[in-house]
Amino acid sequence: MLSQETLKKIDREIAKYPADQKQSAVMAALALAQEEKGWLAQETIACVAEYLGMAPMAAYEVATFYNMYDLAPVGKYKLTVCTNLPCALSGGVHVADYLKQKLGVDFNETTADGMFTLKEGECLGVCGDAPVMLVNNRRLCSYMATEEIDKLLAELKS
Amino acid sequence: MSTQQILLAGLDPNTGDQTWHLADYVKRGGYAALKKILSENIPPENVINEVKKSALRGRGGAGFPAGLKWGFIPKAYQGPRYICCNTDEGEPGTFKDRDLMRFNPHQVIEGMIIAGYAVGSERGYNYIHGEVWSLYKRFEEALDEARAAGLLGQKILGSNFNFELFAHHGYGAYVCGEETGLLESIEGKKGQPRYKPPFPANYGLYGRPTVINNTETFAAVPWIIINGGEKYLELGKPNNGGTKLFSVSGHVVKPGVYEVPMGTPFPVLLEMCGGMRNGKLKAVIPGGSSAPVLPADIMMDCTLDYDSIAKAGSMLGSGAVIVMDESVCMVKALERLSYFYFEESCGQCTPCREGTGWLYRVVHRIEHGLGKPEDLDLLNSVTDNIMGRTICALGDAAALPVRSFTKHFKSEFEYHIENKKCLVPPEVQREGSRIYVTPNRVPSC
Repeated sequence: MLSQETLKKIDREIAKYPADQKQSAVMAALALAQEEKGWLAQETIACVAEYLGMAPMAAYEVATFYNMYDLAPVGKYKLTVCTNLPCALSGGVHVADYLKQKLGVDFNETTADGMFTLKEGECLGVCGDAPVMLVNNRRLCSYMATEEIDKLLAELKS
Repeated sequence: MSTQQILLAGLDPNTGDQTWHLADYVKRGGYAALKKILSENIPPENVINEVKKSALRGRGGAGFPAGLKWGFIPKAYQGPRYICCNTDEGEPGTFKDRDLMRFNPHQVIEGMIIAGYAVGSERGYNYIHGEVWSLYKRFEEALDEARAAGLLGQKILGSNFNFELFAHHGYGAYVCGEETGLLESIEGKKGQPRYKPPFPANYGLYGRPTVINNTETFAAVPWIIINGGEKYLELGKPNNGGTKLFSVSGHVVKPGVYEVPMGTPFPVLLEMCGGMRNGKLKAVIPGGSSAPVLPADIMMDCTLDYDSIAKAGSMLGSGAVIVMDESVCMVKALERLSYFYFEESCGQCTPCREGTGWLYRVVHRIEHGLGKPEDLDLLNSVTDNIMGRTICALGDAAALPVRSFTKHFKSEFEYHIENKKCLVPPEVQREGSRIYVTPNRVPSC
């Protein structure tokens, strides 16, 4: 069910751990599976579990514990905005409000065209760059003043 | 007082993204400590002793002496031992390891290899905060460079010492910053912290003896080996050796990471950050969101080291300094922090799972004009029932802000309860610095 390319990447992760500890690769494997599929359906999680020789429930436990895994479909771009205290002191909330108004959605909602899902994040570990946000778990955007957000949205839409 | 930097020395944030490579690090004197140890055949116990002498204390927050921790690894143990590095930087206000990892990853690698040599380990993992993906990628590249140069792998630099190192990424769970939660996470499980004892030195990764330290702690080791533990200690103050990275966020002109010697007066750091952005200093959280908040006058008298901050009633923690000016409503600020702990509690221990919800809901209702006169006593009672009653420190981390905010800024909480509104007038609560909690994530009171 996962592509050969993803499985190859998972193999690379498995090789990092002792031969009898394949399960250690589950976090990376789930992240790779999500990258391929866009989100983690139960079948995808089960597929990862089978590949690593672990119980599907054990992989499901991991997928539900860590909040960067998406257990339901999200838009083409998932925007995660940090609103925690250090970010809020430097405009994090303002950025979140601006995005809500621009996109016409609240947190945990997806725009009607399926382009954007807005999420409220907890600390991303880059408070000095506040306001900060993440695009699709991978791309970190620092110092997101409103004009920067306009630029980012225009770039993602194009 | 010394102004020497040993972690970010010569690294400019503007060019740091280009000068992290192995060749640059070697030019800065990198891997000399490892070469010295291997070429001079320095006995592992001497390496541990040097680290003990340096009074290097754990930079992740707990401040436990690193040399002592290494010394706990049972010498007679037959079988693999592991070195784990905690780069799961997710405590609000903390972002120091990010700069270390992006500008100087090889110093972390060298520190970990030396730790492996000191405790007889042949394999290590660096657990990297998943939110900053570029750090994970960069660390993997740095590992490839080190492998290609014979600094990792079999018979390192022609010696009989073997060591392999890998990167493991997190994926969004604050509790994995707790060392045993982190070990569970590397094992491919939920990151729920373990009962202690046994401590990781005896029962760590895969049940094997394990050294686990913060990124900054490992990165300090090469300098200690080259210059000696005593020199490192002299950089700071007694019992608080060396320099420390401080992540400064909030209402300062230049938020960012600053490396200063332990014992530097707080006003000096504040000045380095360009001072306050706008208003007057009101309060500082000196060691990450779980450290008790201190009012401006107490903080301005503190020096930045474990002992001084502890004496003032807070914790140096990870050195995450959150600076707040007078536009901040302390009830709102606490509400946001309490939400964080409620959200991040792993649910394993009842006092934390239930208690963090209670704390958040009660602070929330005070902030929203629904507070009751008995609420401050109630908050105290809930914190009493969390603290010291949980497997890991997340429970205490949730309780300490509540304790300190309601103690030092009691009048603001009382005003909110009595007048159903904020003591800090809305026009003072500056646009762009509002603190906010999503209403639809609020469980009913």
